[in-house]
Amino acid sequence: MLEIRNLNAWYGESHILHGTNMDVPEGRVVSLLGRNGAGKTTTMRSIMGLMDRTSGTLNYKGDNLLNLRPDQIARKGIALCPEDRCIFPSLTVTENLFLPPIIAKGGMDIEEIHTLFPNIRERAASRGTDLSGGEQQMLAIARILRTGARLLLLDEPTEGLAPVIVQQISRTIARIKEHGYSILLVEQNAHFVEGLADVHYLIENGMIVDRLEGTEFARQISRVEKLLGL
Amino acid sequence: MLDININLILGQMMLGLVNGAFYAIVSLGLAIIFGLLGVINYAHGVFFMLGAFIAYMLGETLGIGYWGALILAPLMIGVLGLFVEVLLIRHLYKLEHLYGLLLTLGLALFIEGFLRIVFGPQGLPYAIPANLRGAINLGFMYLPNYRAWVVIFGIILCLATWFIIERTPLGAKLRAATDNPQMVQSFGINVPVMLTLTYAAGVALAAAGGVMAAPLIAVDPSMGTNIVIVAFAVVVIGGMGSILGSIVTGLGLGLLEGFAKAVYPEASSTVLFLAMVIVLVLRPRGLFGKMA
Repeated sequence: MLEIRNLNAWYGESHILHGTNMDVPEGRVVSLLGRNGAGKTTTMRSIMGLMDRTSGTLNYKGDNLLNLRPDQIARKGIALCPEDRCIFPSLTVTENLFLPPIIAKGGMDIEEIHTLFPNIRERAASRGTDLSGGEQQMLAIARILRTGARLLLLDEPTEGLAPVIVQQISRTIARIKEHGYSILLVEQNAHFVEGLADVHYLIENGMIVDRLEGTEFARQISRVEKLLGL
Repeated sequence: MLDININLILGQMMLGLVNGAFYAIVSLGLAIIFGLLGVINYAHGVFFMLGAFIAYMLGETLGIGYWGALILAPLMIGVLGLFVEVLLIRHLYKLEHLYGLLLTLGLALFIEGFLRIVFGPQGLPYAIPANLRGAINLGFMYLPNYRAWVVIFGIILCLATWFIIERTPLGAKLRAATDNPQMVQSFGINVPVMLTLTYAAGVALAAAGGVMAAPLIAVDPSMGTNIVIVAFAVVVIGGMGSILGSIVTGLGLGLLEGFAKAVYPEASSTVLFLAMVIVLVLRPRGLFGKMA
């Protein structure tokens, strides 16, 4: 579905990604693990066309995404749930939820979203920033499920959340996976992705240093945690 | 010695409300462009003036009257705004606000100077539409029908604009794009096109104000400069970029100006700026502005 080959990316003069290679197959959950500053978010931003400069190949369903604008990339069926959640403070929960346009058929309808995230129904009229961190994360995920995008880029969805909320997010991602979505999941929390992802990539200094199948991951987890500095 | 007459005060405040409607329309467009694009559009007054000139030209050359001009002039200025945004304004979004102010100041001086060469500095007459002649007896004054129309239509125009921005999905996209344009674009929304259309809509609003002003004040190249200075005061008092702030403050300053005309006419043109100074000192973010 998404093939990344020899991806390089820059912020101004700073060279962040150095020839990244990875694949996100259709209907699979792929994790990208690494320390702070390893290049995880930059990989996401490069896929969405949000970097100053990129080179290499970003092949999505036969189209090269490189040099497309972010809105054109989104309309190919890719949606980003950013690290900071980006809930708009001047908008209500409902306005935040309906902000992204429908780009293809097959997105979740509002009833399915309310079933998956009951809090969103209850807090519909609240300002987005009045929500708790967990609720904001749910809203940020719900927002992209409506659009019909089939590849979801989730950037550290558990960051700063209490363990009980992290479990809730984990169950939610598992249910989203059951709906057939492809997910690229950026994380620093190896235990969070352990049961969720089918394939794991480890990134360090802007380069992929290892690729582990889901079955192999449990055996290698101490090595992964060492790489993550845990 | 102040000679206070209640009918005079009410009458002047009613007329002040007419000016207030113009202040609200012009400053509303200015606030939208500043709030959503981050550009201090000094050329806004020029688009107001061009609206009046287009109304005049449509009448003189094609025989199109007020009502036709009220539709056509904003559309024509909106199209002009598209070109101005694409060719000039959009290159300034990543720069300091000062650059936008300087560019639009230069644009305003150029257009105003050009029209002064073509039409001369004197005012050109524009007739009140036949179906809005006459006056209504309000008890304390006879209010000309045309001025009543300006107040009513001006308020409707402002409230419709406020509704679109604050209560519709399109407005939600615009407000979100103000907070984080990059993220909104990554949702699949073509933000550059949206900003172009916002600029066009903002200047079209000014042009509508210009057409409405044409029958009341002489159509001349400096009419935009006069109103844009007051509009800046309105936007500052209302809160930079605040839509509701511009509407309420525009109408409020019109009333204040009218009141000053009744009780102390010499101060009527300066009282607006005194209000601006007081608000800036006591509440720098403006009456309706949010904390930075």
